[in-house]
Amino acid sequence: MDLVLHLAIVVAIYSIFALSLNIEVGYTGLFNFGHVAFFAIGAYVSALLSLQDATFSLALIAGIACAGVGGLLIGLPALKLQGDYFGIATLGFAEIVRMLLQNQVAWTKGPMGLPGIPRPEIFSWHFDTLPAYLLLTLGAAVLTFLVIGFLTLSPFGRVLKAIRDDETAAAVLGKNPFAYKMEAFVIGSAFAGLAGVLWAHFITFISPGDFTLTETILVLLIVVLGGKGTLWGPVVGAAVLIFFQESVRFLRLPPEWSGILGPLQQMIFGLLLVILMIFRPEGLIREKGKETIDRD
Amino acid sequence: MIEIKNITKSFGGTRAVSDCSLSLAGLKIAGLIGPNGSGKTTLFNLITGLIRPDSGEITLEGRRIEGRMPHHMANMGLIRTFQLSRVFPRLTVMDNMLLAPRGQAGERLWSLFLRFPRVHREETEHREKACELLEMLGIIHLRDQFAGNLSYGQQKLLELGRAVMAQPKMILLDEPTAGINPRLIQTMIDMILKMKARGQIFFIIEHNMDVVVELCERIFVLDHGEKIAEGSPREIQTDPRVIEAYLG
Repeated sequence: MDLVLHLAIVVAIYSIFALSLNIEVGYTGLFNFGHVAFFAIGAYVSALLSLQDATFSLALIAGIACAGVGGLLIGLPALKLQGDYFGIATLGFAEIVRMLLQNQVAWTKGPMGLPGIPRPEIFSWHFDTLPAYLLLTLGAAVLTFLVIGFLTLSPFGRVLKAIRDDETAAAVLGKNPFAYKMEAFVIGSAFAGLAGVLWAHFITFISPGDFTLTETILVLLIVVLGGKGTLWGPVVGAAVLIFFQESVRFLRLPPEWSGILGPLQQMIFGLLLVILMIFRPEGLIREKGKETIDRD
Repeated sequence: MIEIKNITKSFGGTRAVSDCSLSLAGLKIAGLIGPNGSGKTTLFNLITGLIRPDSGEITLEGRRIEGRMPHHMANMGLIRTFQLSRVFPRLTVMDNMLLAPRGQAGERLWSLFLRFPRVHREETEHREKACELLEMLGIIHLRDQFAGNLSYGQQKLLELGRAVMAQPKMILLDEPTAGINPRLIQTMIDMILKMKARGQIFFIIEHNMDVVVELCERIFVLDHGEKIAEGSPREIQTDPRVIEAYLG
């Protein structure tokens, strides 16, 4: 039972993480390869504040805000770049953040990580049991889903999609591409920060090693596999991928296989992605709009 | 309304537009013609801010506007279409239309949340207007299709409809009838004339002389980036310089 709760919490956190990336990748066409950096900022800011006995509410807000501001700061130079160059800039930024966490030992204890992050407490409610924590993460996930859903279905979201499809055409209709990309990027970063906060207080121990490129790839995979540019895609993707990832642990494999389990998992991941991209390139959930051809 | 004075733009060593001056004041539909590579699209790109001029002035209702960003130009009321139509392929036909109106409350984050009733009201109004235009263009049955699924001609019609939705001061059409079938050409012309009757002003690049003569009150002719003639359709058709540029 604990296992199911544990899985559900991880799925909820990764749903938030993936929803936040989807507003960038799926709706705005920003291929952010450094999304984990904002997850890390959220996790570290909140953890450090909590370890200094700040209340959870404050740590939560600070984590989200710092991730959002981080998005603004990196967005200013990076969003001037097009396509692949933007991707490389964000990739570089994520590495800088990780290196800072690893080497700024005075603040972060470096590679030793931060143990003993307290479970949250809001007013007098304690979220120190798995069911309680699940409730908290589910609440946050539903809120994220509603906010991002509202945004993407609104005229604002329509502009984001237009910029994704053709930036120049959007500009000559009077939409400022840079401003919209920045807004999408900051919103995405802030929600990634929220996911990071929830992660830190759930696992209760974080270290720079948790925030590598692998995490970005996992969450990108969730978005693409689930169906980018759709509301349910990231949620479905998170459920499928996290379940798949965790289930490998419980296969009764002989102990001498344990060394190859990690690589094997990665290989199956890769294979899964290749198969999916061949047979269903748009992901598990499809974008709304008719595909039938009806010509004049 | 638009005045262009001595505008020049070079790419490397070539002068794409060279010391061009055109006055579109008082014209409802102006035409721009010239052989391939004569600088017509470059001139449109200059007017809509996609490129900056090396020198010269563009004024809109007396205000200098040259060198501004494309979205500024659009928001001041200059909306264009492209030679190869540029609809948003993964937006539905309806969403392509709804995107066009300028200054929508729902497109700004603060007013989206704080003034939602207004956002809702605007959407309803725009939707009605879009339906009416799509009806006129004969593509209302495609409203929920991804625009990328439309035929080339339908995409050009949609692009025209989208420009009209923006209610600009002037619509700049870059070869609206190129590469589409004759029936759709007629729809296109009818639409332009209907919009003209409602007071919409156009500036049109077009190769099809029948269309140019039918629509335009005044025609400007470019060759090698220079304006070689201007006048009524009749004057242009008999102008020896124009005949030479086209045939010579």
